[in-house]
Order: sequence, then structure tokens, then C-alpha cells
Amino acid sequence: MLARLIAAGVLAWLNLSLCLPAFADVGRGGAGLLRIYYWQAPSTLNPYMASGIKDIEAASLVLEPLARLDPQGEMVPWLARELPTYENGGVAADMLSITWNLQPGLTWSDGSPVTSDDIKFTVEYCLASGSGCAQRDKFRDVSAVETPDALTAVLHFAVPTAYPYGPFVGPQAPVIQAAQFAKCLGAPAGSCTGANFAPIGTGPFRVVAFLPGDAARFDVNPSYRVAQAPGFDAVLLKGGGDAVTAARAVLVTGEFDYAWNLQMSPDVLAAMEAKGNGRIVTGFSTLVERLVLNLRDSENPVSVTEASTRLAALPMADIAVRRALSMALDRALMVRIGYGAAGRVACNIVPAPAAYASQANDSCAVQDIQGAQDVLSNAGWVDDDGDGIRTRDGRELRFTFQTSANGVRQDFQMLAKEWWRQIGIRTDLRVIDGSVYFSANPDNPDSLEKFGADIQMYASASDGTDPEAYLSGWTCENVPNSRNGWQGRNVGGWCDPAYDALLQELSMTTVPEDRAALARRLNDMLVQNYVVVPLVDRGRVSAHSNTLAGVRMNAWDSELWNIADWRRITP
Amino acid sequence: MRLYAFRRLAMALPTLLVISVVIFALLELAPGDPMAQLPSGISPEVRADMRISLGLDRPAPLRYLLWLNQILVIEPSVALDTLLGTTLSQNSPRILSWQTRGPVMALIAQRLPQTLVVVGLAYLVGTVAAVVLGVWSAARRGSALDRAGTGVAALGYGLPPYFTAAVLIYIFAIWLGWVPTVYDTTHKVTGWDSMVTQIRQMILPVAVLSLQTTAQITRYTRAAMQDALGQDYIRTARAKGLPERRVLLDHALRNSWVATLTVIALGAPQVFAGAIITEQIFGVNGIGQLLVRSLHAGDLPVVQTVTMLVATLIVLANLAADLIIARIDPRPVHA
Repeated sequence: MLARLIAAGVLAWLNLSLCLPAFADVGRGGAGLLRIYYWQAPSTLNPYMASGIKDIEAASLVLEPLARLDPQGEMVPWLARELPTYENGGVAADMLSITWNLQPGLTWSDGSPVTSDDIKFTVEYCLASGSGCAQRDKFRDVSAVETPDALTAVLHFAVPTAYPYGPFVGPQAPVIQAAQFAKCLGAPAGSCTGANFAPIGTGPFRVVAFLPGDAARFDVNPSYRVAQAPGFDAVLLKGGGDAVTAARAVLVTGEFDYAWNLQMSPDVLAAMEAKGNGRIVTGFSTLVERLVLNLRDSENPVSVTEASTRLAALPMADIAVRRALSMALDRALMVRIGYGAAGRVACNIVPAPAAYASQANDSCAVQDIQGAQDVLSNAGWVDDDGDGIRTRDGRELRFTFQTSANGVRQDFQMLAKEWWRQIGIRTDLRVIDGSVYFSANPDNPDSLEKFGADIQMYASASDGTDPEAYLSGWTCENVPNSRNGWQGRNVGGWCDPAYDALLQELSMTTVPEDRAALARRLNDMLVQNYVVVPLVDRGRVSAHSNTLAGVRMNAWDSELWNIADWRRITP
Repeated sequence: MRLYAFRRLAMALPTLLVISVVIFALLELAPGDPMAQLPSGISPEVRADMRISLGLDRPAPLRYLLWLNQILVIEPSVALDTLLGTTLSQNSPRILSWQTRGPVMALIAQRLPQTLVVVGLAYLVGTVAAVVLGVWSAARRGSALDRAGTGVAALGYGLPPYFTAAVLIYIFAIWLGWVPTVYDTTHKVTGWDSMVTQIRQMILPVAVLSLQTTAQITRYTRAAMQDALGQDYIRTARAKGLPERRVLLDHALRNSWVATLTVIALGAPQVFAGAIITEQIFGVNGIGQLLVRSLHAGDLPVVQTVTMLVATLIVLANLAADLIIARIDPRPVHA
């Protein structure tokens, strides 16, 4: 309830601040220094060398893509003149190319013009072998770039690409300056420290000083394309400490104007907000905290291939058991305890954008202990010996539940253990340090991919608004096993050829409405078969001072996406 | 004396080599992944490419030898090139951080001033306070001051820095609003006003750290002083009619220096190692914070290089302590 109130308040305020003509008479600069706290400080300002979201967000002050996603997840042209679509001919009907047109008159912060050669170079830069480009997935299918004139770049794809908005859309894949990075192609890309720490960009600010892992200072880009922006003269982006340090510096002491990623206890955060110095802002995209149920033979995780016969004997193979596990959860309570305003009940694995979110599973929001008990009893799982654990054919409902060491996750483990006890399921809990659990090293027995338990909990998200790449994580070939070196995102080991076929259909569908319908069907297959059990739709949560106006929290893009419009106001 | 120094130095070199092997092996065996912080959407193939670009496809012994060559030959020659303008290094591959892809030594150089200023000042303040407190409480044994000194030492030992820091932040930064909670590493001292800002942002971290140092050293000083004050030469000095001040400082303190200086010298490398918890709390992004962050991110070259440098400093500090003691008190060398 409180969460909803806060969310409603934030929304109301956002609407207000957008409608008021508050900044009409303000020009470039004049608002002084904007102080931003990113407690995980950026380690580089080149998104292509990034090791985490923090780097990508910090770089977004300087480097810009051709199109961005707005807070609703809608694509908006940024450096491009307009968005290429099938209707306007920007995307070829054969799905093999996309044509981007740059806005005329764009210049880099050093004054030189931005041309289609920079776009072509960026593709070459990321695809060059040995570069270790972190965003190669976005460029992988680009086979050639044609530059018919200085403002036009045609990206050709090697395979038909129904959703061609991977390259140059969003803060992960901005345009970099060919002249600056020319010597950084291939293996030297990483050691091009000068360019990686101070890229020349088109954004509202340019780098003055960069101390990796500590702080960065920016000042106004004199060549910025909008004459009246940005409002601030300089930006300090400071790191260090933790989320509590950051929240305190904005909401309690007012030392900073904006604090990023305040993933902390909702009560503590709400108490800080009550001081009245600033507000919490939240935004939602597709990050879902979920349970994955192990459909592999967990005693012999190596034998995924021949497991199918033995699998039938596993309790988890019974959909009734999986269903009961899901029904017994009180997701609303989990949201309240763990995330507050930064969470919503999730019944879908693809929760957004709205068109892609299925409505078929909304009943999961209500806990149903009695229903779960009935489901188990009807499936023949009964407690014969009165020890509180249901059995069938000599098999007990006794599971191991693992997750990464994290306060909220461990609270969730305790809650689930108790609810499952009430329906006759015994749970043993296991906690693994995050750096081990999320390490894909094939020798690591405790990784997410090896899944040495029956149930595990973690969060994952779709990259961008189109869920095709995300949904392809549940295909049969994506099951991690010894042959593929334990790589792959289908960690539960569920495999259904019908799902793979439907995904294939999605990859050949171009009409947005049809894509959304297919994505909803794929989502429903996963959720209704209890391959994954969605728990919480996790939003981004940040805070800003009352003296800062113009913040439009964006969970689809960089939170600093519209920093050019931020202004100083007297509250 | 000189022979003694050379012998100790010669023993230090194999020690350091063994330490470097152990550090490398431990980090190699420890779980962790430099790719663990990447967004989950990034595919395994891209992760594999990134691993190769970090040189992780090479076998561990080869990586150890490369790193040893870098830290013993390449980095010193780069340092000489920068200082003297020579071209010894000839663009040989330096030790690069996996996270920032920048040279590790540049990271250390960037972090060292913060650590030296804050942790170094705290060590200095803490040491001076400890010696004064130790001497005084030994001289006035059983007095209120002695008991207060013992209390401070017990507090310093008993309260972890994350607790004292939180209490001090609450009182001085939030309640009274006198000092900031966050240390601005980009702040430059250019005049009187900026000096005041610098002092204000330094007070809390220095206070937290010097409490720890004082607690550790003052007990040794007090014990050593008490030991000295019980000796016959003190009675003689008093019988000669020397003023109490001279008895304390020239006779007792001089003789109790051995224990105190050993403790001070052995603790000195911590100034360079940084203060992991306190740096983290106040956002003083020094060497300690660099080490912790790199450990979390699986950035092994940074962890290896920083721990190796700290290990070297500790070995050198041990050596220095031995030499200083030999100078003040020749007995151990000849024994």
C-alpha cells in the first residue's frame, strides 16, 4: 500500500514537473555543478569495454546512440533524423538491412563533423577480432555497412533480422569517433586507455577528468546540438561506499543531487525520504526475480542427455509439484519486505512493455496454501507417516533451494521454506557467494549453470524492449551441459520442441502486434509449465534532491538519458 | 652492522619470491570471475572473447612468469622512462587491470595520495597520541588519566571502525552538520577556503583510524615505560636529583623505545595498504577500496600487484625495524 502511494506520488510529481513551463526561459549552463553519486563507480567510459551497467550509464553523458528508449520503452530517434521502420522504408522488407540517417549538422565535442563513417567504424571496432567488445551480441549479424553519403549508413545483416534495432539503439551501443579510436581496432582496444577514459562524444557533457573506480568530472560540451542545454555547467560523478552512503548523501545530508541504484532495505530508504530533502524515483523494465526449478537430474548433473527416462521419477518432473510450489508463495508480501516501492508482483517472465505482457497468469498474485495442498493431494502426494513431508512411491518432497548471498534473497528463502512447509514440502537452504554463483567458469561446481540443487533464485532481464533474444534463452540448445562447457541460459534444463518452433516463428515475424502476441504465448508456455516461477518485477530505484528538476527515471535506457534537461530549482 | 643489514636484505628476496608465488596460486585457486558483473544478456561467446582479450586463455604458470617479468622489469623501466625520459620500456605490455583496462600502476598512483593523506595522517596522529598517552599514563600510574587512557585503548580495540564511523557520521555529519559524510577525491587545495574544506572532509576518517592506531600502540608504550621506570637506573637518576621530566623522557623513554618503535615500524606499511573499511565508508577511494573492489570484480592483476607491493613494504618494514633496533640498542646483534 505504502509502495503504491509512493509510486503514485512520484508519478503525479513527474506529470506535474513535465507540464509546468518551468524551464522555458533557461539557457545553457548557469546551474553550477551537478553532483551525482554512483556508489559503484565506473571503471571505464567506453561502453564497448564495459564490465557493468555503471560504466554504460556514466558514458551516456558523453556518447550517444542513434536512437534511445524512453521511460515507456518507446524508441525515440536521438542522433538519427527519424526512426527507420518497415513503413517508412528504413528497414528493408527482406529483413536484411536497415538505413539510418544522421541529423544534419551534428558535431563531435572537438568540433569535427559526425558522419556515417563513424557509424561504419563503430561496427568494425566492435566486431574486430581480439577486441573483447562487450556489446558484440548487438552487432554480430551485421555483415557490412554501406555509406552512400556522409549522413546515411546502411547496415546489412547476414541473416534476416526481424528486429533490426540491436546496433546503435540504447546506451550500450553508441556511436564512437572514428578519428579517436582508429588505432584501437582489434587487440589494442583494451589498452587504448586515453580514448577509453575520455571518449570524444556528441552528448551534453565532455570528460574533464576520469579516475577509474573513483570519480569523474565533466563540463559542458560547447558543440552540443541544443543551444539551451544542458542546464548545468559541470557534473561530478562520484563513487565509493554503498547504497546507504549514496542515499544518505542525497536524502539526509543533501551533499549530492542524485544517487543511483539504491537497492537497500525499503524501510531505511523510506525513513530517509521522510526527511524531506529529496525524493525516490523508480522505473520498471524487465528485471524479474525468479525461481528456476531443476528439471535435470540433480544427482547426476552431467548426464543431461540420458536423463529423460530417470527424470520422470523425479518429484520436480510432476507439474503438480511445481504448480503447488508457485501457488504457496505470497508474492505481495515478498515485494513489501524485500523491495518496497522498487518492486511489483510478477506473474510473467516478460513483464513489459505493456503490449508484450501476458494477462493470462495474473492470478499468481494471490497466495493459495489450501489450493496448493489440494493440488498435491490430487496428484497422489500425501503425508502417510505424519512427519509433515508428503511422499509418493517412496519419494519425499524434499528440495534444496539455493541462491546468492544477499539479504533480500535470504529473507525470501526463509519465507518460501515456511510456506512450503505448510503444504508438506521440506526445503533445505543453501547460500553461495555472488561472485562464485554468477561465475560461469566451467570448473566451478556452485555456478548458476551447474545448478546443484532443486530450486534456485536469481534475477535476469531482457536487454531492451524486444524479448526475442531473451526468450531464446529457453531453447533446447541453450541447456548448459558438459558438452557446451556449461554455457547457456536454460539453467532449468526444460526442453520443448514446440517452444523452439514458436520462437523460430517469432524470429521471422515483423509486424509489432504479431511479435507481441507470439512473445506472450512463449511467456505463457514458460510460466504455465512452471519452468520458471516469476516472483518480483524489480524496478530501478534512485533518489534526487528537491532542488533538481527534470529527472525522468528511465529503466529501459541510461538513467541519465535526459541529463541535458535537468535544471536547478528552488523547492 | 653493515654486514648484518646485507644479510637481512639477502634473506628478504627469496621471502618475497615465495610470497609472490603464494599470492598468485591463492588467487588462481579462489573462485570468482571477471565476467560475473556483466549484464546477464551478454552471450557466452562474447564472454569467451572477452576472456581471451584479457589473456585468460594462457596457462597459469605462463601468466605468472609474464606478470613477474612485468612487475620486475617492465614496470620499473616504465617508471624510469617517466622520471628520466629514457626509452627502456619500448612499449612492452604493462600490467593492465581487467576492469578498467588501464595500467595497474597508474591506478595505484592515482589512489596513493588519498591513502597517504588520510591513512598516513591518521597513523601520525594516532602514533603521537599513543606515545604521549602511554608515557603519561605510565608516569601517573593508577591516576584518573591512566584509567582514561586504558579506557580509550579498550574502546579503540573493542569498537570496529564501521561502528565508530557510523556513530561519528551520525553525530557530526547528520545531527550537527559540521562535516560532510562523503570524501571528495577530486577536491583540490588551492587556497585557504579549499584547505578548510579539505580539513573538514578529512576529520572523520582520520579520527576513526587514529583511534585504532592509538589503541594498538599506547598499550605497548605504557607497558615498556612501566618496565623501564622500575629499573635501578631510574632510581639512580632520581637520587641524582634530576627533574622528573628528564627522568621520564631521557632515561625511561629512551630505554623503552625499542618495543614502541618496533610496533610503530611494523604497523607503518598499513599506511600504504590503506584502510579497507574506513575508506569504503567515507568514499576515500584509496588503495584499500581499490583492493576490495578489485577482489569483488575478480580483477586479479590489480589484487596481485597491490598485495605484492604491500607484502614488499611489510618485509621492508620488518627489516627497517630490525635495523633501527640495532642502532638504538646494539645488544641483539651481538648476542
